[in-house]
Amino acid sequence: MKIGVVTFPGSNCDYDCYKASRDVLSADTVYLWHGDHDLADVDVVFLPGGFSYGDYLRAGAIASLSPIMQEVRAFAEAGGPVVGICNGFQILCEAGMLPGALIRNRSLKFRSKPVHLRVERSVPPFTSAYAVGQVLRFPIAHGEGCYVAPEDELDRLQAEGLVLFRYCDPGAAVTEAANPNGSVRNIAGITNARGNVLGMMPHPERAVDSLLGSVDGIGVFQSVAEHLVGT
Amino acid sequence: MSYHVEVRVVPREGILDPQGKAVHGALSNLGFAGVAEVHVGRLIRLELDADSSEDAQRSAIAMCRQLLANPVTEDFEVQILQGVGGPV
Repeated sequence: MKIGVVTFPGSNCDYDCYKASRDVLSADTVYLWHGDHDLADVDVVFLPGGFSYGDYLRAGAIASLSPIMQEVRAFAEAGGPVVGICNGFQILCEAGMLPGALIRNRSLKFRSKPVHLRVERSVPPFTSAYAVGQVLRFPIAHGEGCYVAPEDELDRLQAEGLVLFRYCDPGAAVTEAANPNGSVRNIAGITNARGNVLGMMPHPERAVDSLLGSVDGIGVFQSVAEHLVGT
Repeated sequence: MSYHVEVRVVPREGILDPQGKAVHGALSNLGFAGVAEVHVGRLIRLELDADSSEDAQRSAIAMCRQLLANPVTEDFEVQILQGVGGPV
């Protein structure tokens, strides 16, 4: 199993992802460069958090057109698992690989704090290590994390079970007060229809060691590893 | 021919516009009464080589669809201001 983490100019969670992959999964992990066309034969691609291209124009807009994204798109179209975290989620939406968009937090404030997430579905390749209804504690750190999409798109996401995580309170209740950014229907993470592209604003890679305050993020990495072993 | 083009990108109606809301609040604090709504967008100026004004317009619209505006959350308007070195 080989895991690739893309570095864009302005990525700042690439090392967190790299370290989580290498140390938690003991996986062969490599950095991929935004300007290359080479995915180095990896089995899964992580698009990390940060401020690629300074968030110019819109968060993720310029990065979505980088050379490496053509390869990431082809990789995903061939069924390869792709995980976009925070800025990575924004990039996937801008690339049209996930529906919807991420706009300025309703509070207009940059939110950096731990939040609770409810696992909506336990499915490979990203959430099989969790139970449905399980409450996870992940950090968030973003200014543009308010997920929006047209109503019919939201209904489709829901009907097809593509919402994997929602913001909730510690007791698993999905409430307005537990929503840190104004995302519609408290959506924190979604997949594409095929289920092999995940985008989420909270940071699982920053919740993989008790020193960091939570180990709940390990499950995302474990789920991917289990899936790859099985394929 | 070279054309000056202005592209205005605004949040689509019905999409949450927290920036507009915040500016609206600040204007009220300054004592500007009677401001019903505020929306904050962006202005993009292009200088564009094109065969005609229509061509410049088409090209700018394609840019908006692919990059300059987000099709989920934003609307755009393209205005051809003037052709440089020739009549408009």
